[in-house]
Amino acid sequence: MSEVSTAVPSVKPAEPLLSKKNRKLISNPLDADNPITVQVLGICSALAVTVQMKPAIVMSLAVMFVTAFSNLFISLIRNTIPSRIRIIVQLSIVALWVIIVDQLLKAYVYDVSKQLSVFVGLIITNCIIMGRLEAFAMGNKPWPSFLDGIGNGLGYGVILVSVAFFRELMGSGSLFGFKVFETAGIPFIGNGLMMLPAGACIILGLLIWAQRARNGYREAH
Amino acid sequence: MQQSNAYILIYTVILTIVCGVLLSMTAIGLKEPQQKNIELEKKSNILSVAMKVSEGDDVEKIYKERVKSYVVDVQGKVVEGQKAENIVVVTEYKKPVEQRLLPVYEILNPEGTDLEAYVFPVYGFGLWDNIWGYVALKKDLNTINGVNFDHKAETPGLGARITTEEVRNRFIGKQIFDASASITGVKMMKGEGNDYSTQPNQVDGMSGATITGTGVSKMLLEYMNCYQSFIKSKKSQSATALLITE
Repeated sequence: MSEVSTAVPSVKPAEPLLSKKNRKLISNPLDADNPITVQVLGICSALAVTVQMKPAIVMSLAVMFVTAFSNLFISLIRNTIPSRIRIIVQLSIVALWVIIVDQLLKAYVYDVSKQLSVFVGLIITNCIIMGRLEAFAMGNKPWPSFLDGIGNGLGYGVILVSVAFFRELMGSGSLFGFKVFETAGIPFIGNGLMMLPAGACIILGLLIWAQRARNGYREAH
Repeated sequence: MQQSNAYILIYTVILTIVCGVLLSMTAIGLKEPQQKNIELEKKSNILSVAMKVSEGDDVEKIYKERVKSYVVDVQGKVVEGQKAENIVVVTEYKKPVEQRLLPVYEILNPEGTDLEAYVFPVYGFGLWDNIWGYVALKKDLNTINGVNFDHKAETPGLGARITTEEVRNRFIGKQIFDASASITGVKMMKGEGNDYSTQPNQVDGMSGATITGTGVSKMLLEYMNCYQSFIKSKKSQSATALLITE
């Protein structure tokens, strides 16, 4: 990927590509700084596309791609952006990548793109992306920004896929369309609630609870 | 300098041009595989109502070998110079019935010698927006071999169930002609869980999606009426052919 190689020289030669600080950019959003469970951003699409595993994974990859490259681009041009129109500039860069992703999906994974339908387009409004651009890419160098994008995309993806895991398993008794219970010979009736967005709300709530209990998170007063 | 209006204006113009160029390049570059996907989907939809198509089958090849397509008008006459694959059903749907161009897909047996089924596209309106699909009739042009529905905006879990195999299978074996040999289509009834196996013109409904069900019934009836002349002329043809061979 040429974008990555153009980004590399801008890192100070003293700092290795995957220094401890840079690795943190990827690992933090997976747990302590997770965009969904801790910052509670990007919930809407997390509810919409998690009925099955496959669309959830494709959606996560799409979001990861968009956050990473929007972060990279904004970071590259961050010193030239006039501050009065910076939100518009960010938005157009995000929109650019989202449309590219949408077109790629339509060309190469048509069935999934049909399932995701409008939600790919709605990545533009995903708060995670704009949040990262404002909070990170506008003030950091391209390479760390790129990593931050990947990290946040992954953090989003991990939650999406775990919600989808429970929803597909309990809702339709399958994983990736493979009928788990049927094959194991266990009689199983799908839980209709899990097929509806409300099911995702419940699973997500339980995930947030489990994570906060483990990390000893306290709401700041 | 960065705050001056001129800078902002120039910046916006350049950004717009760059984004625009990139987007149009992607759109043009990916147009071919996208178009191909849409065509392939159409072909596999047509095939899936007439036979079992499993994942990994070469739809393109089967379609080429086993589908013969042409276009008819409401009088049932073949319209020359039109390719069935190029007919956009929604455009025809918006025309008055008498002017519609109606594609017909004949599915041949694997050897390509004998006819197995006729596939007709159908188009209609559900609860919120358009619904469409394909209907395959067996050789007798009466019994339904399979149906395939899709929709734009029916309610997920309710009306959107028309796309599921469970609902589609209810139509298999039903008949479009009633006992007095006039076209009635297949009516999706109100309520769910009732047994209509003795009623050749009725299928079990979808609970909570009665209006979508009515839309499906109307769509079937309307299009079977559009194809009425074609169906009747084909039927009488095969009847005379049968007489001659006997």
